[in-house]
Amino acid sequence: MKNNDSSIGIVKPNSVKFENSLLLECGKQLKGFEMVYETYGELNTEKSNAVLVCHALSGNHHAAGYYEDSGEKHGWWNSLIGPNKAINTDKYFIVSPNNLGGCHGTTGPKSTNPETGRIYGPHFPVLTVRDWTNSQALLADYLGITTWHAVIGGSLGGMQALDWSLAYPDRVKKAGVIAAAPKLSAQNIAFNEVARQAITSDPDFQEGNYMEHGRVPKRGLRLARMIGHITYLSDESMKSKFGRELKEDKLSFGFNAEFQVESYLRHQGDVFSETFDANTYLLMTKVLDYFDPADKFDDNLVEAFNPILAQILVLSFSTDWRFSPSRSREITNALIGAKKKVSHIEIESSLGHDSFLFPEERYVEVLKAFLGS
Amino acid sequence: MKTRLVIENWIKDGSSLLDLGCGDGSILEGLKENRSVKGYGVEIDRDNIRVCLEKGLEVIEQNIDEGLSNFSDKSFDTVLVSQTIQVLKNPKLALEEITRIGNRCIIIIPNFGHWKSRLTVFLKGRMPVTESLPEKWYDTANIHLCTISDFESLCDELGIVIEERRILNSKGKVSSFFSAWSNLLGDAVIYRLSR
Repeated sequence: MKNNDSSIGIVKPNSVKFENSLLLECGKQLKGFEMVYETYGELNTEKSNAVLVCHALSGNHHAAGYYEDSGEKHGWWNSLIGPNKAINTDKYFIVSPNNLGGCHGTTGPKSTNPETGRIYGPHFPVLTVRDWTNSQALLADYLGITTWHAVIGGSLGGMQALDWSLAYPDRVKKAGVIAAAPKLSAQNIAFNEVARQAITSDPDFQEGNYMEHGRVPKRGLRLARMIGHITYLSDESMKSKFGRELKEDKLSFGFNAEFQVESYLRHQGDVFSETFDANTYLLMTKVLDYFDPADKFDDNLVEAFNPILAQILVLSFSTDWRFSPSRSREITNALIGAKKKVSHIEIESSLGHDSFLFPEERYVEVLKAFLGS
Repeated sequence: MKTRLVIENWIKDGSSLLDLGCGDGSILEGLKENRSVKGYGVEIDRDNIRVCLEKGLEVIEQNIDEGLSNFSDKSFDTVLVSQTIQVLKNPKLALEEITRIGNRCIIIIPNFGHWKSRLTVFLKGRMPVTESLPEKWYDTANIHLCTISDFESLCDELGIVIEERRILNSKGKVSSFFSAWSNLLGDAVIYRLSR
C-alpha cells in the first residue's frame, strides 16, 4: 500500500492543567486535572481543520509518529495518520489526548489526589464516556477549537466520537464511529468482568493500593490482557497467524507454552503488564460497560440520537466479533430512524476487531473520502 | 424533457428521499441541490460508494436483495429506484418493500417490450442488445427484465397505484403521451407509484 511508510517523524507530547473542578457523571467533582495530548499537522487560520482522535481501551495519546528515544516505535494509529494517509496531516490538525483516568500522563488512578495528598489508586472516581467528552471539550477550548472538522475513533474511541456528536452537536461536523456498538452486550460485559476478576484476584492487587505497597499486579494484568486480546482477533486471523504451529517440533506432554498462539498471548500479556496500570484497566472496562446513550430514553436509541447534527460515518469490519457489523447496523438504523446524516460501510477484513488499526485499502479510501468531502 | 427533470418535478422541496441503487449519487446530488431533499443512497458497488462519500452524500452499503427491513413503513416521502428493479433477485418482494417504505415511489425500468427487442428475439432468435440494454445476455446484470405490460400487471396484482408514467425513447427524450403503442415504442418508463 502506498504512502504507508511516510511518517510524520519525531513527535512530543504536550500537557495542559485545568484548575477548575470537573463535575463527573457519578456526581463527584474532580478538583482540577492534567491532560496529556499530542498534535500532528497545522491548525489553519480559520481553525476549521481540527480532527479529534479518540483512543480505545488500552490506547493513549501517542497515536502517530515516534518519540526521539523510542527506536522509531510508532504510535498506535501511525498507519492511518500521516502525510497523505487516511487522516492526512497535510490537511488536518489532529489532536490526540490521553483520556481522563488513563495511565500515560493524564490525571488518573496513578496521580495524587490533591485533597488527600495520597495516590488515588482505587479511589479514583468511576468515569463515563460523557466525562471524557466533557474533559476533551475543555481541551478544545484551550486549543481555540470551536468546532471539530471531525471526531474519530475505533472501538471505545468510536463510542466517544458518537458521544461527542450527542453532547456537543454544534461542535462536531463529522463523526467517524468505527468498530463500535451502541452499548455493550452481556457477552461483552462478561469478558470485561473476567478481565477485572483476573486483576482483583491477583494477591499483588492489594485492593487497588498496590502502588503504596510497592507491588504490581502483573499476573492479573497479564491475564486480563490475554483474555481481551483473544476478543480483538478473529478465528480466521489466529488460524492464519498461528494455526496449531508448535514452538518445538514435537509435543512435550507438559503445560508450558507449546503452541505458538500460547507464547504469543503470553508475550502480549507480559508487555502490557509492564506498561499499563491495573486500576486504569478496571476503570476503562467500566467506562465501556456503562456506555449506553439510550439508557435515559427508555432504551429508545432513535430518540437518544435526536440532538445529533453531525454527518456520521458508521464503519464495521466483517470478522469483528467483539463489536460485530450487526452492532454497527444498530447505530446506523437508529440514526436513519432519527433522520440523521449517516453513511454506513462494512469493510471486508480478516483481522477481527483489531482491523480498525490497520490500513486496509478500502478502509483508507473510505476514511479519506468521508473526511475530505 | 430529460428524465432528471421529470423526477425533480415529482419531488417536493425539502422532502425526504431514499435512493435505492443510487450509483454514483448523481441523481441524489442533483435533488439535494435543486430540491433540498434530505436522504440516503443505498448502494453495493465499492467505487460508487466512494464517489458518493466524496460528494458528501449519505450512503448506506446494503444489498437490497437481502432485504430492506431496516427502513420503517412510510418513513420516506419518496423512494427512488432508478434502473435497479431488473437487477434484483426478487423484484416482486422489492416492489412490495419499496411501496411499504415510501409514501410515493419513482421507478425507472427498461422496457423489454420495445419493438427492437421484440424484433431481435423474433427474427434473429437472439437476446437483444439495444441502447437501454447494452450488454450481452451473459454480461448483463439485468436478470429480471419485463415489458411495460408485465410491470403494470404486477403493480395491479400488488394493489399498487400507478399515479403517473412517462415514456422514454431511445434518445432519452420523455413523452407524456401514453398509448397502446408505448409498450412497443418506449425504451424505458418512469413511473410514480403509491400504495
